[in-house]
Amino acid sequence: MAITPPANRLWWKEPIHGVELGWIVIAFLWGLFMFFFMIAWHFIGDQNLSTETYRVKPAAYEEKVAAWAEQYQKIGADGEPVEVEGTPVVAPPEGGDVYILARLWEFWPVVELKKGVKYRIHISSVDWQHGFSLQPVNMNISVHPGYEHVINLTPTETGEFGIVCNEYCGIGHHTMTGLIRVVE
Amino acid sequence: MASIDATAAGSGVVNAPYRMCRFTGLKVDQAAETLIKVHAVTAVIFLALGGLMGLGVALTRWPAVQILPPEWFYLVLTGHGANVLLFWIIFFEMAVLFFASAILLGSRLAAPKVAWLGYILMLVGALMANYAVLRGDSTVMFTSYVPMQASHWFYLSLIVFAVGALISVMVFFATLVVAKNENTYDGSVPLVTFGAITAAIIAVFTLASGAIILIPTWLWSLGLITEIDSLMYKVVWWGMGHSSQQINVSAHVAIWYAIAAMVLGAKPLSEKVSRMAFLMYILFLQLASAHHLLAEPGMSASWKIVNTSYMMYLAVLGSMIHGLTVPGAIEAAQRRNGFTRGAFEWLTKAPWGNPAFSGMFLSLVMFGFIGGISGVILGTEQLNVLMHNTLYVPGHFHGTVVAGTTLAFMAMTWLVVPLIFRRDIIWPTLAKWQPYLFGIGAGGISLFMMGAGTLGVPRRHWDISLADAAHRAVEFPAAAYLMMGLNGLFAILAALGGLVFIVTVVASILAGPKLDGPDAKMVFPLHDASRQVSEYGSEGTLKLPGTIILVGIFFAAFVLYYFVNWKYLSELWLFN
Ligand code: HEM
Ligand SMILES: [Cu+2]
Ligand SMILES: [Cu+2]
Repeated sequence: MAITPPANRLWWKEPIHGVELGWIVIAFLWGLFMFFFMIAWHFIGDQNLSTETYRVKPAAYEEKVAAWAEQYQKIGADGEPVEVEGTPVVAPPEGGDVYILARLWEFWPVVELKKGVKYRIHISSVDWQHGFSLQPVNMNISVHPGYEHVINLTPTETGEFGIVCNEYCGIGHHTMTGLIRVVE
Repeated sequence: MASIDATAAGSGVVNAPYRMCRFTGLKVDQAAETLIKVHAVTAVIFLALGGLMGLGVALTRWPAVQILPPEWFYLVLTGHGANVLLFWIIFFEMAVLFFASAILLGSRLAAPKVAWLGYILMLVGALMANYAVLRGDSTVMFTSYVPMQASHWFYLSLIVFAVGALISVMVFFATLVVAKNENTYDGSVPLVTFGAITAAIIAVFTLASGAIILIPTWLWSLGLITEIDSLMYKVVWWGMGHSSQQINVSAHVAIWYAIAAMVLGAKPLSEKVSRMAFLMYILFLQLASAHHLLAEPGMSASWKIVNTSYMMYLAVLGSMIHGLTVPGAIEAAQRRNGFTRGAFEWLTKAPWGNPAFSGMFLSLVMFGFIGGISGVILGTEQLNVLMHNTLYVPGHFHGTVVAGTTLAFMAMTWLVVPLIFRRDIIWPTLAKWQPYLFGIGAGGISLFMMGAGTLGVPRRHWDISLADAAHRAVEFPAAAYLMMGLNGLFAILAALGGLVFIVTVVASILAGPKLDGPDAKMVFPLHDASRQVSEYGSEGTLKLPGTIILVGIFFAAFVLYYFVNWKYLSELWLFN
């Protein structure tokens, strides 16, 4: 029994059952397959999280994003800067750098991208950890203070997309959101 | 030493430190017995507290109910994680360690006084943690990611708790040495003890990681250290956080084997395979922290792949092996007990009315199908981006640690009450239904949280309608709201199952029929070896058709679900 010492003192010399051996082989091969499939996806797949990361001081990141947002601020037909609920809308050049700043409790600014174009999206936090959860696409990435993460992102559909914070970041966590617009 | 030998030999001596168990024939050391009682009772109290908090959390996440205001929701969620994942589980695990060493080996406990010191430290730590959380300035979740800061009481409490646990684990190891030196058993340790040793070795690694990360964090909360790197914190924290889950797995797998042995007379198909599967947990667990970091910046892809797969899924292989050998051992035992018809008579005629067995079997099935499969999916480098930090994550680990570990520990408790407290179950009908009530509830919350997570619903989030948000960024689909409602309903079932468990166990301990009389019988009897009809199969001839079918279904579900998720991933926006 499993609660008594093995009846056969030389238990390690007992043969293994065929059923067990068969399952070990299948499970081992399945493990190998899953292992190599992750590697393979780096070659055959279009969804691999970038590892490009830089150290950055939160204050420096904040300045950089503010300067960039001012440069590419979207201007409406009336000549006024476009805003959504007080947050500026920024339309970066096609294929250029895009900055998103996470802070208590918003993702800033609102960015406008073109469908099918690849952008370099920079993300960092200036205070606590946050979670970048793009919805309803359902793509989820962690955001750290002090680390600037660069992701090459190509939107494949148009519309208005939300960013919801999914890393607990204090009492306002459930109010922390942002927007990404994708146009033709 | 001499005095112990003397009393052990003269079994008629008053105050003898041993008694013989009438039901199992095991020699029970009194000091170990008392410690097991105290740890089990303490564990159950923290389960009651933590479970109540879990219900509050689930009812808040049900949008139509939203029972708690946000400050309380986050506070209670922090308390829930700490009380159930740390205190309930680890107190119970210490009871398991004392059982698997002193009792199963028929030995004395090495140093009861030291074990008591460990217990007191753990208790002080656990109480202090609740104090810190209830003060309201430590609402940081049990993961306490920096740079968000809790009160220094919070970190200190976890350190004190961990030191206490480490001391108790050392008593366990010392007891193994005592048993060996005093020749209390013959040959190798039983498989269940081997599983417990696995758990204990992992516990040492885990507690060391915990100390490495929590001590500097505590100093930081006191203002003695200026900065803790958030990424480094996460890497080391999960060295503790994930490995400690491997303790739970080792412990509950050991319990599966123990219950199968005690209730059905099961013995391992082959000792070698089952032990090797435990060994794999030890060899590859240090890598586990990686699968919590797949969505983080700054880790290389090859580091992620090697680590998240625990070196090519060898620890997963360990669990998959137990997934065959446990039901296989049960099938073989049941066939020996005379249930030989068809592929499944062994299962249909199993003692489903015995809560120790039904709880154990439900735990086995749900751990594999819900917790196990979803864990591999979450831990796949690229697939992680689909559910990182969504409700899928708590869905997954309620499959492992609630439907799996907690249910197995509850099942074991139905044996601990008659065998250790020597009181029979006072309300057998309630006890009989308890595993189903709790099991279905726990399975339900796991599945519905996973479902909501698949639809993008964030974890640890007070209001998915985003009513007060910076922007109403997204309207979650009606299906997500439905899932949250169903999650609330199944949470009520699970809470009821928990309540029945606690009330019945406590009432049995206090007022259950006494079992120390010479012919008292247990309402849920143990396996009766004399009823065994045949020696079923030896190595060469053993046939396990039922187990093969069950494992086949499991494997098919696993492969299918794995590829479904790659299909989802391929439809995402492109990124690299
Ligand atoms: C009545 C039984 C239980 C119910 C209804 C329940 C429900 C929940 C819910 C709804 C969440 C919150 C998910 C979120 O918003 O992120 C949660 C979190 C959690 N639960 Fe449970 N749970 C129960 C029992 C348990 C048990 C027994 C354990 C451990 C053994 C456990 C471990 C956890 C942990 C670790 C978390 C994560 C806390 C965090 O995110 O910081 N739960 N539970
Ligand atoms: Cu946030
Ligand atoms: Cu947040």
